Amino acid sequence: MATANVPDYLHPDSIRTGLSRRKMLDQVFVIVGLVLMFACLGVLAVLFMNLVLDGSERFGWDFFTNFPSRRAERAGILGAWVGTSLIMLVTAFCAVPVGVAAAIYLEEYAPKNWFTAIIEINVTNLAGVPSIVYGLLALGLFVYQFGLGQSIAAAGLTLALLILPIVIVATRESIRAVPKSIREAAYGLGATRWEVTKDHVLPYSTGGILTGMILGLSRAIGETAPIITIGALSFIAFLPSSPITSEFPFISFQWLNDPFTAMPIQMFNWVSRPDQAFQANAAAAGAILLGMTLLMNAVAIWIRYRFRKKINW
Amino acid sequence: MIETTSTRGTPESTLRNEENARPAGAVTPRVNIAVDDTRQSRAITSVKAQVENLNFYYGQNRALKNLSIPIADKQVTALIGPSGCGKSTFLRCFNRMHDLQPDTRYEGSITLHPDNINLVGAGIDPIEVRMRIGMVFQKPNPFPKTIFENVAYGLRLRGVRNRATLAEEVEKALRGAALWDEVKDRLQDSALALSGGQMQRLCIARALATTPEILLFDEPTSALDPIATAKIEELISTLRDQVTVLIVTHNMQQAARVSDYTAFMYLGELIEFDEAAKIFTNPSKKATEDYITGRYG
Repeated sequence: MATANVPDYLHPDSIRTGLSRRKMLDQVFVIVGLVLMFACLGVLAVLFMNLVLDGSERFGWDFFTNFPSRRAERAGILGAWVGTSLIMLVTAFCAVPVGVAAAIYLEEYAPKNWFTAIIEINVTNLAGVPSIVYGLLALGLFVYQFGLGQSIAAAGLTLALLILPIVIVATRESIRAVPKSIREAAYGLGATRWEVTKDHVLPYSTGGILTGMILGLSRAIGETAPIITIGALSFIAFLPSSPITSEFPFISFQWLNDPFTAMPIQMFNWVSRPDQAFQANAAAAGAILLGMTLLMNAVAIWIRYRFRKKINW
Repeated sequence: MIETTSTRGTPESTLRNEENARPAGAVTPRVNIAVDDTRQSRAITSVKAQVENLNFYYGQNRALKNLSIPIADKQVTALIGPSGCGKSTFLRCFNRMHDLQPDTRYEGSITLHPDNINLVGAGIDPIEVRMRIGMVFQKPNPFPKTIFENVAYGLRLRGVRNRATLAEEVEKALRGAALWDEVKDRLQDSALALSGGQMQRLCIARALATTPEILLFDEPTSALDPIATAKIEELISTLRDQVTVLIVTHNMQQAARVSDYTAFMYLGELIEFDEAAKIFTNPSKKATEDYITGRYG
């Protein structure tokens, strides 16, 4: 009597036909997903291989230890990679403490009101500001107003501004991932807000913070527009002054004030030359820059993996 | 006052309606929950804390209504009641956990003896309250640090730096929480490697390490299996000798097994407070009886 009332769509036969159609759709989605993913990776791989092949004749120790030259086969990227490394150092030193502190404040301390809501929205918006705008800001503020000139310090600060939103957003994400129950446990033992932050929240979110920092830096390392705007030199045949000196106090910060060039600028310079031979240099520099970025991202993934293994909630 | 009396009428009147809906002649079953009879009936001889006209507000929402009960010193007091009755909210007043949320407000007093301070008063620092009153939470929440560091953390917050003192106190706390024998050889392992029941006992050890005056338990066994639960219950029974215990549970058997005094709450109000033996065998209020016999909850 009850079976007579079973509607058609519950009959085993219709269940089976419906199921096989749904499973087919499932398969179709897997295939579409795979094709799209390989298309993306393929483009990147082709680009990278192309750069490597074009620049293959330039790879060698000399390429890293030579300054630019009028003769393509003798031109190297010494000034560029040293400049880029120093700029990244300044960027990391400025962006990470400021960004992490801002994120901690927003997550742990700030009251939830319209004012902090506006700050939060703006931090997210800043990540979308075109980098040339940061360049113009830095030109007016750092280069002229603060009188830093066309220096490594000015470039580092500019890129620090640029990646600050990335660092803040990544840090906030990882701070938010620390469960409320852990905070309550610490507060319950009589910890102050700062003790909860420094003993628990920060240590447990280090993985995410480092990942955000590296992702930010790998964005900054390829940025060209802002540092061209503040006036990076495109032909440079000297290194910034050494941070270690033979005279007391043995450490010098003169390099912060030195003019500089950077990898993307060196590349841009070579690409824009009429002489075809320089295209190989540009390709080789591009491959190295891309390699540096991929390497940094790989480190970020490794760090995240390590911390995930140690702490899983 | 008017508001108080009207709200106080709510739970009982709802229950009475339910009662009327039942077929006439249904016999009210006697309460049959096992109570440890070896515990003699005793009036509260020494009061550790006195709750007086306590009201608690989340914004405009009055979550606790005029609660007044004594908390007996070195005894286990259980708070029972259906979900949402405010028992956890009440418990969290004792260590000012609500202060971590914005827009919360206390009225009335919880007087802690012997120094007669009002735990929910404006004059006392909530951090001081939390340093004197420990808490064990519903879900085991050990820090992702070593077992040793978990127990030592409260002491470190109190400025203990001496390694020997730390080691000694950690051992004492772990023994107190009946965990020492299981972990003594792996104090430097991550606390996250422990089982759920061990984690909860670690959390108890962590709270015990700083010798709290009152230890609060917020449904400590609701995430544990029966065997781990039995161990925790046994532990709570032994803790009564050294610390005043306040436990929230929605498991009535548990309340009957571990508590000396029991408070039944409903909709933010205290319906009945008495010795556990009395509550579970001969409650004086109809609502209490209906709840513990499982008629609602």
